[in-house]
Amino acid sequence: MIRWFKPAVFLACLIPLALLGWKAYSGGLGANPIEVITHATGDWTLRFLLITLSITPIRKLTGRLWLIRYRRMFGLFAFFYATLHFLTYIWLDKFFDLHDMLHDIAKRKFITVGFAGFVLLIPLALTSTKGWIRRLGGKRWQALHRLIYFSAIAGVIHYWWLVKADIREPLKYAAILAVLLGYRIAVWVGPKLSGNKAKALREPQVQIPER
Amino acid sequence: MLIKKPADIPSSEITPKSLYLNRRKFLAGAAAVGAVGFAGLRLGELVSPSTTAQADAKIDGIKKSSFSTNETITPYKDVTNYNNYYEFSTDKYEPAGLAKNFKTRPWTVTIDGEVEKKQVLDVDTIIKMAPPEERIYRHRCVEGWSIVVPWVGFSLSELINKAKPTSKAKFVEFTTIEDSKQMPGQRSHVLDWPYVEGLRMDEAMHPLALLCFGMYGEALPNQDGAPLRLVVPWKYGFKSGKAIVRIRFTGSQPQTTWAEMAPREYGFYANVNPNVDHPRWSQAKERRLGEFLKRPTLMFNGYDQVASLYTGMDLKKNF
Repeated sequence: MIRWFKPAVFLACLIPLALLGWKAYSGGLGANPIEVITHATGDWTLRFLLITLSITPIRKLTGRLWLIRYRRMFGLFAFFYATLHFLTYIWLDKFFDLHDMLHDIAKRKFITVGFAGFVLLIPLALTSTKGWIRRLGGKRWQALHRLIYFSAIAGVIHYWWLVKADIREPLKYAAILAVLLGYRIAVWVGPKLSGNKAKALREPQVQIPER
Repeated sequence: MLIKKPADIPSSEITPKSLYLNRRKFLAGAAAVGAVGFAGLRLGELVSPSTTAQADAKIDGIKKSSFSTNETITPYKDVTNYNNYYEFSTDKYEPAGLAKNFKTRPWTVTIDGEVEKKQVLDVDTIIKMAPPEERIYRHRCVEGWSIVVPWVGFSLSELINKAKPTSKAKFVEFTTIEDSKQMPGQRSHVLDWPYVEGLRMDEAMHPLALLCFGMYGEALPNQDGAPLRLVVPWKYGFKSGKAIVRIRFTGSQPQTTWAEMAPREYGFYANVNPNVDHPRWSQAKERRLGEFLKRPTLMFNGYDQVASLYTGMDLKKNF
């Protein structure tokens, strides 16, 4: 891979934020800027979660094994946009009214599930370093990072439950997520049903760094 | 500052409407000249520009109203570019573009049901039934945002009195046009088309209930409900149907679109009420477009004079 490729991908992941910043600066966020910021950061959280989850299937199906080097970056960008989304909520929407916020989290199902999805990402972001992979050991690290499945499911439900009538957009995210999780179920269940043919697919996916 | 507030734009920078309209005419003229160059036939149009746009037409003789609030009016740009108009799109930023060529003339409104005489009226006949008034109302969406709009129209009661409902009429039902050729949103079954809303007779007769055909001193823009809409300022915005083609008087409570679609979330009354939350979000506060902090939502959207319509009613039950 060309040396500048990874930094270029990193910068590309920042484009949605840059666009938002530019629109905010130039007055292009329309009549309800806070709503636009909330929706954009939420959309990009979901998109990065789905991109992260698609790395493994694409790697396995196309043999592009080098893609693993981007999985952590995409995962961390999902967490980055989720954090912005959450900050938008507590700052611009609730204006740090902690009481109001806790009330919301407890009472509003879509907030509860969205908040849960965000909280699940925190340990994943914290243990995303090589040091943590070593400390936990590949197997345990991998088990922990399966939390992303639940985080992504929570994210899609969060979106689904908040729309008023038009579920077409959340449906798209749900469909892609279903395919991505379906792949994992197939890989997991497949060999049990048909011997060990697909065993190769189940090899550990974590690169344990050399000391 | 992250977000530019309208206040940051000096009024000297805002182009007066008359000026930019002239500019449009000039551009249209320039285009016509080009067309003449090619076809050599369109001279007539150049001399007397065709009356294409019904919107942007100034309404004469508008009276002021004591029902108007003196709160800051939301900029025209926001009220015409941020629209919940599912017949065009569920994206609030799209109706402005999608409704551009929506035909609002000729337009008739059917008046039927429990009335002495069923009739089909031309919208221009209805508009002339009473002198136009400017009503600057707060408008609160069930989603939690609000605007202040200088509507133009007259009390719905003027039309109802002329329609002469019989003693059997207990409710009024308002139906929005169904025309999926012109309204792309109706091609998907997001809601059960056509859009139907309704009021109890005494609500409809309340002088605040407005039959509306203009705003900001001009004919209603298409994306805001042209040519004829309802404005019921003490209720959530979805009660105020747009592009009305039928007004039907009924003996029983009409089946209204949102209440049918999600009965747990949207009631028939839908009075603005900070104490009754939407099942999925709080209604205690609202974001006035253009303001940074949310403001508290007022009971009946601040129109206390309607409270007597609901004495003895449990508004938590009849939400």
